[in-house]
Amino acid sequence: MITVQNINKSYGQVQALKSLSFNVEEGQLYGLIGPDGAGKTTLFRILTTLLLADSGEATLDGLDVKKDYKKIRKMVGYMPERFSLYMDLTVEENLNFFATVFQTTVEENYHLIHDIYQMLEPFKKRKAGDLSGGMKQKLALSCALIHKPRVLLLDEPTTGVDPVSRKEFWEMLKKLQQGGLTTLVSTPFLDEAELCDEVALVQNGQILKVDTPQNIALAFPHKLWQIKSKSNYKTLKILKEFNQKISAFAFGNVVHLATDLEVNEMMIESYLKNKGVEQIQIQAIQAGIEDVFMDLMQ
Amino acid sequence: MNGEKVIEVKNLSKHFGQFKAVDDISFDVKKGEVFGFLGANGAGKTTAIKMLTGIWSSSSGQATVAGFDINRNRNKLKENIGYMSQKFSLYEDLTFKENVRFYGGIYGLSNKEISQKTDEMIAHLELDNIKNTLISEIPLGWKQKIAFSVAVIHRPKIVFLDEPTSGVDPITRRQFWDLIYETAESGITVFVTTHYMDEAEYCDRISMMVQGRIEALGSLDELLEKHDARNMDEVFVKLAR
Repeated sequence: MITVQNINKSYGQVQALKSLSFNVEEGQLYGLIGPDGAGKTTLFRILTTLLLADSGEATLDGLDVKKDYKKIRKMVGYMPERFSLYMDLTVEENLNFFATVFQTTVEENYHLIHDIYQMLEPFKKRKAGDLSGGMKQKLALSCALIHKPRVLLLDEPTTGVDPVSRKEFWEMLKKLQQGGLTTLVSTPFLDEAELCDEVALVQNGQILKVDTPQNIALAFPHKLWQIKSKSNYKTLKILKEFNQKISAFAFGNVVHLATDLEVNEMMIESYLKNKGVEQIQIQAIQAGIEDVFMDLMQ
Repeated sequence: MNGEKVIEVKNLSKHFGQFKAVDDISFDVKKGEVFGFLGANGAGKTTAIKMLTGIWSSSSGQATVAGFDINRNRNKLKENIGYMSQKFSLYEDLTFKENVRFYGGIYGLSNKEISQKTDEMIAHLELDNIKNTLISEIPLGWKQKIAFSVAVIHRPKIVFLDEPTSGVDPITRRQFWDLIYETAESGITVFVTTHYMDEAEYCDRISMMVQGRIEALGSLDELLEKHDARNMDEVFVKLAR
């Protein structure tokens, strides 16, 4: 449904996208996962025909982003990173406006946004500028869907959003997917990768890896340990000095230690005990996307 | 001034018409503590921070920050705190060195102190290659580390960090937390908001606001036990949903 082939884009000296390639199949929920500055927004602007690539090809449902830009604009739903609705129009007015621009009506496609809009209904007379963050996001998604797009492009919809609203948002995306919509979504939250069918991990304009989140996690090349102890920060410092460590990172109140395959639990435990660490709990664990991402970054 | 408590809040409220944005909250924060201030969007965190940083007055209740009353002694209060957020940190069209000079000047540091601080930061954050680069051209992760160091340039008693790591890559996020720990160990209290629940777990104590009230406050272990949860994410969902 979406093809991206060898896309390059520079701003002056800065290479924002370096030969980016990946494909999104019809009906997939596809994640573009990476921190700020990875080039995610630049790619979205190219796919939505708002920016031209320096070189490379991209198509949406077979339509070329350069030649067929008018057709593409009609068939994509786009939610930019910055809230881009009219702040001084009400919820209702915004929705009507976007429906009218795309020559349709809210009534005609109401079934598409029914679940989401229900949560907004009590505030329909409120100005968009006066909504809370979570509500703004729901309205922006409704406006992106109201013309029945074939492809949905969401640029960091959950940045600055609290954990509960994030979970609700992803539940909405899953529901839309069940209705057959193809969605490309970008996020700096690595835990959200696990909610996608397939992901591209991106950094500094380059793809680090493309695969299903399960396969990416399984391909972690080291042994990974979760270590809990009395003082996590102290233990982290001590583990950074461990001879057989590949990396040691804090994960909340535990440390994830990556080692060579021949390291065993006893070796880590005796090392920590020697250093005076108390209340040690060591467990071999499966890597997550964040472990993989940091390993690829180094 | 009470030597141990850097923030003391008693029955603090802020109302907008009928709406109670902050509804009768009370808590203390100790010297050198890393204090996590969590809550859903719209729970009242920003309103509370605006009062604690002397920008807004309260509707009722009292609070002192760094020993100064938030309603009566706002100018003194502002001199004794540091603040940074993702949205407002450094001037993009100034270089690193110019930003340090600017903020150092605002906070009344002498020229000698400013150049000393500049050198310290260059060495500590390894900025030699980018010291004369415009902030707008520096990657976000670096920028946030610099912004944090600048926010404590005047050695305030407390620094407020409002979602400082939003969008920052996972390795730099952890380096940022190393800076937080160093700062707290040097005696500066850190008051931080975040939507990353692993980061909440790095705090000495965590508070959680729900609809204007503080619904939970304690160390990670205390909160996990009280709410029968495995991690902070579960605590958050249980309280906010």
